[in-house]
Amino acid sequence: MIYDHIIVRYGELSLKGKNRHHFINRLKDTVKRKLKPYPEVTVQKAFDRMVIELNGQKHEPVIEKLQEIFGIQGLRLAVKCDLELETIQKTALEAMRDAGPDVKTFKVSTKRNYKQYPHDSQELNHLIGGYVLSNSEDISVDVHHPDVEIKVEIKPEAAYISCMDYPGAGGLPIGSAGKVMLMLSGGIDSPVAGYLAMKRGVRVEMVHFHSPPFTSERARQKVEDLTKVLTKFGGSIKMHVVPFTDVQKAIKKQIPDNYSMTVMRRYMLRITEEIAGRNDALAIATGESLGQVASQTLSSMNTINEVTNLPIIRPLITMDKIEIMDISRKIGTYDISIRPYEDCCTVFLPSAPKTKPNREKANRFEHHMEIDELVQQAVENTETVFFSEAKTRDDEEFSDLL
Amino acid sequence: MIYFDNSATTKPFPEVLETYVKVSEQYFANPSSIHRLGGEVERLINSARRQIAESIGVKSNEVVFTSGGTEANNLAIKGIAIEHQKRGRHLITTEIEHASCHATFKQLEKIGFEVTFLPVDAQGRISLTDLERSIKDETILVSIMHVNNELGTIQPIKEVGEMLKRHPKIFFHVDHIQGIGKVPLQFDQSGIDLCSFSSHKFHGPKGCGFLYVRSGVALSPLLTGGEQEFRKRAGTENVPGIIAMTKALRLTLLSMEERMNDMIDLKEFIKDQLSRLDPVQINTPERGSAPHILNFSIPGIKPEVLIHSLEEKDIFVSTKSACSSKSDAVSRVLEAVGYDFDRASSAIRVSFNFENTLSEGEIFVEALKEVVSNLQKVMRE
Repeated sequence: MIYDHIIVRYGELSLKGKNRHHFINRLKDTVKRKLKPYPEVTVQKAFDRMVIELNGQKHEPVIEKLQEIFGIQGLRLAVKCDLELETIQKTALEAMRDAGPDVKTFKVSTKRNYKQYPHDSQELNHLIGGYVLSNSEDISVDVHHPDVEIKVEIKPEAAYISCMDYPGAGGLPIGSAGKVMLMLSGGIDSPVAGYLAMKRGVRVEMVHFHSPPFTSERARQKVEDLTKVLTKFGGSIKMHVVPFTDVQKAIKKQIPDNYSMTVMRRYMLRITEEIAGRNDALAIATGESLGQVASQTLSSMNTINEVTNLPIIRPLITMDKIEIMDISRKIGTYDISIRPYEDCCTVFLPSAPKTKPNREKANRFEHHMEIDELVQQAVENTETVFFSEAKTRDDEEFSDLL
Repeated sequence: MIYFDNSATTKPFPEVLETYVKVSEQYFANPSSIHRLGGEVERLINSARRQIAESIGVKSNEVVFTSGGTEANNLAIKGIAIEHQKRGRHLITTEIEHASCHATFKQLEKIGFEVTFLPVDAQGRISLTDLERSIKDETILVSIMHVNNELGTIQPIKEVGEMLKRHPKIFFHVDHIQGIGKVPLQFDQSGIDLCSFSSHKFHGPKGCGFLYVRSGVALSPLLTGGEQEFRKRAGTENVPGIIAMTKALRLTLLSMEERMNDMIDLKEFIKDQLSRLDPVQINTPERGSAPHILNFSIPGIKPEVLIHSLEEKDIFVSTKSACSSKSDAVSRVLEAVGYDFDRASSAIRVSFNFENTLSEGEIFVEALKEVVSNLQKVMRE
C-alpha cells in the first residue's frame, strides 16, 4: 500500500456561511474521537477539507470509521510525492495498480496550482497517462467513463496523487442541531429513524417503554444492543427506560379495546414530552411510516398527536418497508431488531385496533383516567443508562471471565 | 517435564481453567431459555463473540462457534460444497492439508465432487501458477491451510487471496488452526471467506473452536435442529468451553506480542544444534516457516522408538499430526514434499509454546544426542 493520507471533503457543510466554523469544529471532534484506536493517525483541518495523515496505519479500517461520520461528503485516499516528473509517473502507475485487478480503462486529470511547474496540465495528463499505458497490460484510456480516474494535484511543495474515492455518510455533524427524544421500540423502524435523525446533525436520546413482566429483560437487552449500534454514528447516547406496566394495566381496565392502542400511544407521547422537557430536547422522533400499521394511519397520527405540542420528526414517514429494511441492514441494526421478543406494543395489542380513531372519542375515553398522575409516576421512576461506542455494560460485567 | 508437542495440543492456561469452572457453576442455564438466567448466559456468549471478533479483526456475526477445528473445517468445506453445488462441483485444495480437511475432500469425491489436490514444492509450498491453472468455471471452493502442522511451512495466503479476487465466485477457506497466535493473518486483505480455529491449540479447553464465516457467505449447516449460531450450527452451545476459549485467545495474543522472540530463539537454537548432528536432516524449510514447529528426520531410527526413549527422560515430542500418527507409517505431507521413504518415515516433530525456555532446548538437544547414539549402537549390533 502506497497511500499516506486521506482527504476529507465536507459537502453541504461548506454552504453554512458564518456558522461553518462551528460545524467544522464539531466534525473534527467526532473524527478525532472515532480515530482514537489508531494513535499514529493525525488530523488537520484546512479551509475546505480535512487531511488525515496515516503515518503507516493501514487505510481500510480508518476509511471504514470515517464512513460512519455524518457531515462527511466524500473521502479520497491519496499519496504525496515529490515534484520530479518521473516520481509522479511511477507513483501514478502504482496507485493505478492498487486500484484493483478489474480496472480496464482510466484517465488522468491534473490540476496545477503551482503555475511555475515546467509542464502544464494538458501536457502532464499526456505524460502521466502515456507512462501508465506503456507500463500496463490490457488497459486503455477512456476520458468519458473511465473505471479509474487518476487525479494529480501539483502544488508548490509536492504532488498529490489519488485514484480511490469513497462516499461519506453525508448529512451534518452530530451535535450541530440540538437534541431530540427518539421513541425506540426494538423493532426495525425506530433505530432507522434514529439513524436518519442523527444524519441531520441532531443528538438523540432514547426513550424505551418497558413493561415487566409482560416484556422481558431480553426485550430490554434488544434496545440496549440497538442503542449500542447507533453509538457508532452518534457517539455516547443516553437511554431512558420508562416503567410502563401501570399505564398499560390502567388502559386495559378503563379503555375500550379498539381504542387501547391509540390511548397507549398518547400516553407514550405525553411521557416522552415530559422527559424531553427535563433533558432540554426540543422535539420527538419516531419510526412511524404512513399506513404501515393501524397506529400509523393519518387519522391515528392525528389523534395521537393531539397530546403534544412538540414537533414530531418522522424520518420514515413516506418510506416503504423494503427501503427501511435496507437501511436497517446497512447500519447493522436489522439482525438485532428481528430477535423475537415481545415488546410493550405487541403484548396488549387488541385483535382489531381502530384504524380511524378520532380525537373526540379518545378524549372522552381518557376522561376518567388519572392522566397526570400516571404520567408523573412513570417519569419519576424512569431509569437512565449511558452508552458509549467503546464498551458495553456486558463487556464490563463479564470482564473477569473473559 | 519438557513438553514439545504443542502442535498436537497445548496445556490450558490456569486462568482459562478457572473461567471454565466458574462458568460451569454460575452460568449453567441454557442460553436459549427465555428466562433471566438464560438471558444472562446469552449475553455472556455474545460478549465472548464480540471479544473474539475484535481480536481477529472481524464482525461479531461472523464468528460461529463449533466443537473444534475438525468441525470448523468440515462445516466450511461441506457447508460450501453442498450449498453451492448447483453452480459447480469442483473443489481445490492441497496435498498437505490436515486430515480433517483431506478426508473431508476424499468423502466429497465419493459423492460426485471433483477435487484437485495441488502438489507442493520441496519446501512444502504450493505454487500460485498451479492454483490458477487448476481453476475452472465449475470451481466453487479453494481451501488451503495457513501453517502446515507437520512442517510448519507457511502458505502464501495473502497472494492466493489477491489472485482469487479475480474469481469472485470462488469461496476461499483457510485452515488457520496452527497459525493463530503464531503467524499473523490479515483477514481484511486476504479475501478470506471462511477460516477455522481450534481452542486447544492456543491453551484453551478441548472440544471447542470456531469458524469465521464472512457475512453474506451462505453455507449449509452440518448440524440442524436449532436456531443457534445464526442457524449455521444447531445444538446447545458449549458455554464454559466458549468462554474459556475466548480468554485463552486473548492471553495467547498477548503472549504473542510479548514472547514471540523467545520462541523464535528457541527454535533457531535447536535447529542450529540439530543440523550439526550427522544423521539429522532438517525437514522444516529454512525460510517461511512458523516459529513454533521444527520437523527433522533421523533415517535409520524408527520415530516411535525415539519418542519412547525420550519419554523415559520426561521429554515429549511427536512424529507427525497426532490425529493421524497412529495410522499409516509414512507421512503423507513429507511424501508430498518429495522426500524418500527413509526420510519420510523417520520424521520427528518438536513444537513449542510461549512458556518453553532455552534451557529446555539445551536439555532436549543433549538428551537427543545421547538417545540417538545409544539407538545407533543397538541398531548396528
